[in-house]
Amino acid sequence: MKQYLMRRMLGMIPLLLGITVISFGMMHLAPGEPAVVGNEFNPKVSAQDIERLRTYYGLDQPLYEQYWHWLKRLAALDFGQSFSADGRAVLDKIRERLPVTLWINILAMLLILIIAIPIGVASAVKQNSWFDRGMTIFVFIGFAIPSFWLGLLLMIALGVNLNWLPISGLHSYSWQQMGFWEQQSDLFKHLILPVFVSAIGGLAGMSRFMRSGMLDVIRADYITTARAMGMPEITVRYRLALKNALLPIITLLGLSIPGLIGGSVIVEQLFSLPGMGLLFYEAVLSRDYPLVMGITVIGAVLTLAGNLIADLSYAWADPRIRHRSEM
Amino acid sequence: MTIGGLIVAVVALLALLAPWIAPYDPTSIHVQDILLAPSWQHWCGTDTLGRDVFSRMLFGARVSLAVGLVAVGISLIIGLILGAVAGFAGGRTDAMLMRTTDMVLCFPTFFLILAVIAFLEPSIWNIMIVIGLTSWMGVARLVRAEFLSLRQREFVMAAQGLGVSPLRMMWRYLLPNAMGPVLVSAVLGVAGAVLVESGLSFLGLGVQPPDPSWGNILTEGKDNIQIAWWLSLYPGLAILITVLGYNLLGEGLRDIFDPKMQQ
Repeated sequence: MKQYLMRRMLGMIPLLLGITVISFGMMHLAPGEPAVVGNEFNPKVSAQDIERLRTYYGLDQPLYEQYWHWLKRLAALDFGQSFSADGRAVLDKIRERLPVTLWINILAMLLILIIAIPIGVASAVKQNSWFDRGMTIFVFIGFAIPSFWLGLLLMIALGVNLNWLPISGLHSYSWQQMGFWEQQSDLFKHLILPVFVSAIGGLAGMSRFMRSGMLDVIRADYITTARAMGMPEITVRYRLALKNALLPIITLLGLSIPGLIGGSVIVEQLFSLPGMGLLFYEAVLSRDYPLVMGITVIGAVLTLAGNLIADLSYAWADPRIRHRSEM
Repeated sequence: MTIGGLIVAVVALLALLAPWIAPYDPTSIHVQDILLAPSWQHWCGTDTLGRDVFSRMLFGARVSLAVGLVAVGISLIIGLILGAVAGFAGGRTDAMLMRTTDMVLCFPTFFLILAVIAFLEPSIWNIMIVIGLTSWMGVARLVRAEFLSLRQREFVMAAQGLGVSPLRMMWRYLLPNAMGPVLVSAVLGVAGAVLVESGLSFLGLGVQPPDPSWGNILTEGKDNIQIAWWLSLYPGLAILITVLGYNLLGEGLRDIFDPKMQQ
């Protein structure tokens, strides 16, 4: 098991390097250079000053040297400073927004697991019933529905017309004055819609996956044998079949992380939630390149981390892999 | 699959005929008709500048389909070339190409697209190119897998024995046989591209107003959420139906191709 972990982590290093190369390449897609762009038409700034600025920022060095310097700073977790008015360190800005995004995505994943697994199992067990057909329709719609549209509709129906749920932000105005439990319930009300909207695509995919996984397992020989040996149906289904069908779910969950992170941009913008996605959106609008690149790199690292965790959990959960690596 | 095909055909037809069947000019502003609810004169109501939403939606269909088709086209070209080379050459080239694919796959796609759009200007061409540049990975993997398995087949070995050049081999022998799953991937890719384009337009980074796109009508829907529900309902419904159509078509095609592949 430890060896597996070590091998996986070593394998990640070239991927991490590749991520930095691609990110660096993208940064230099930007037309114009930082030193030139702001100062080109400024009559007070002479050409020599621009040259000096370029030297100061290291822009006159060959690309691979610039890359090397950038990489060294990245390793020290120095993502540079934001271009925006406050000029704060990129890392700080990301750090204060990251928890919201992480929370929403984790809750979305939990929601997916809680709802999709029973639906998938029930669809498989009652194959071709009305329930199964209905769920298939639900899945197809879930795949095709734009998350921002679903969010808008829910906002209109539940927020504007019925006034059951708040439609933006994390806290109500009177948050400070609320008691602890009131605060939690307020947070909950603010988070229901965003988490649900985030989760809908993954929910559709996961329940379909669970259904086909369960169907495959149910047809396996060992299930027929267990039944023939007199095992009660409930045990057959929920202890034997389900456990084995659950294994690939972990991997799928890990694979849905990039989708969730990417989707968080739309969800956070729609619901005005102060998370990393919204920060990214604002950075893109204001052409705040260091911030854009910082968040992109962090997004990629999170994806890698998610894949690693998914692989490790799968390796841990599947006794075959666990024991093979110990031999 | 027939439902899917039907939807795809209807949407394509509406998009093609938009300039002739649209009741109003999608960009003409009528300040006296601002934010009218749906009626017989305006089937989907009007927006904040008095433009007829139904007409804008028809022209938005043109945009969405164009982006979908061109973006998928680009991703197909890149994916086919890379996948074919990787699958055919094998060995180090294959490993290198697959490594690169894995690296690009590490980025959350939407982040990548937004980041690139941040560096360029949002315009319809840039969107098409960017979406194409970020969706070739699936096609490449598919083509590579097909080529790897096809390489073992007898007719390929026979051709190699006859001295057929690698390029001709790929073009004449391998590619036609790999097209099945690629077609499925392409159809599903259009669905995905439509979703991405509408998402970008919704965020204001895609098609810019006054050009209509389903996504940017929804932006107005969000800004006027309290008073104009029709701006939010209809364009999103259009997106849903179109994407659903392509998904159904793609899944139907996949069902056709899969049992065949197992023969």
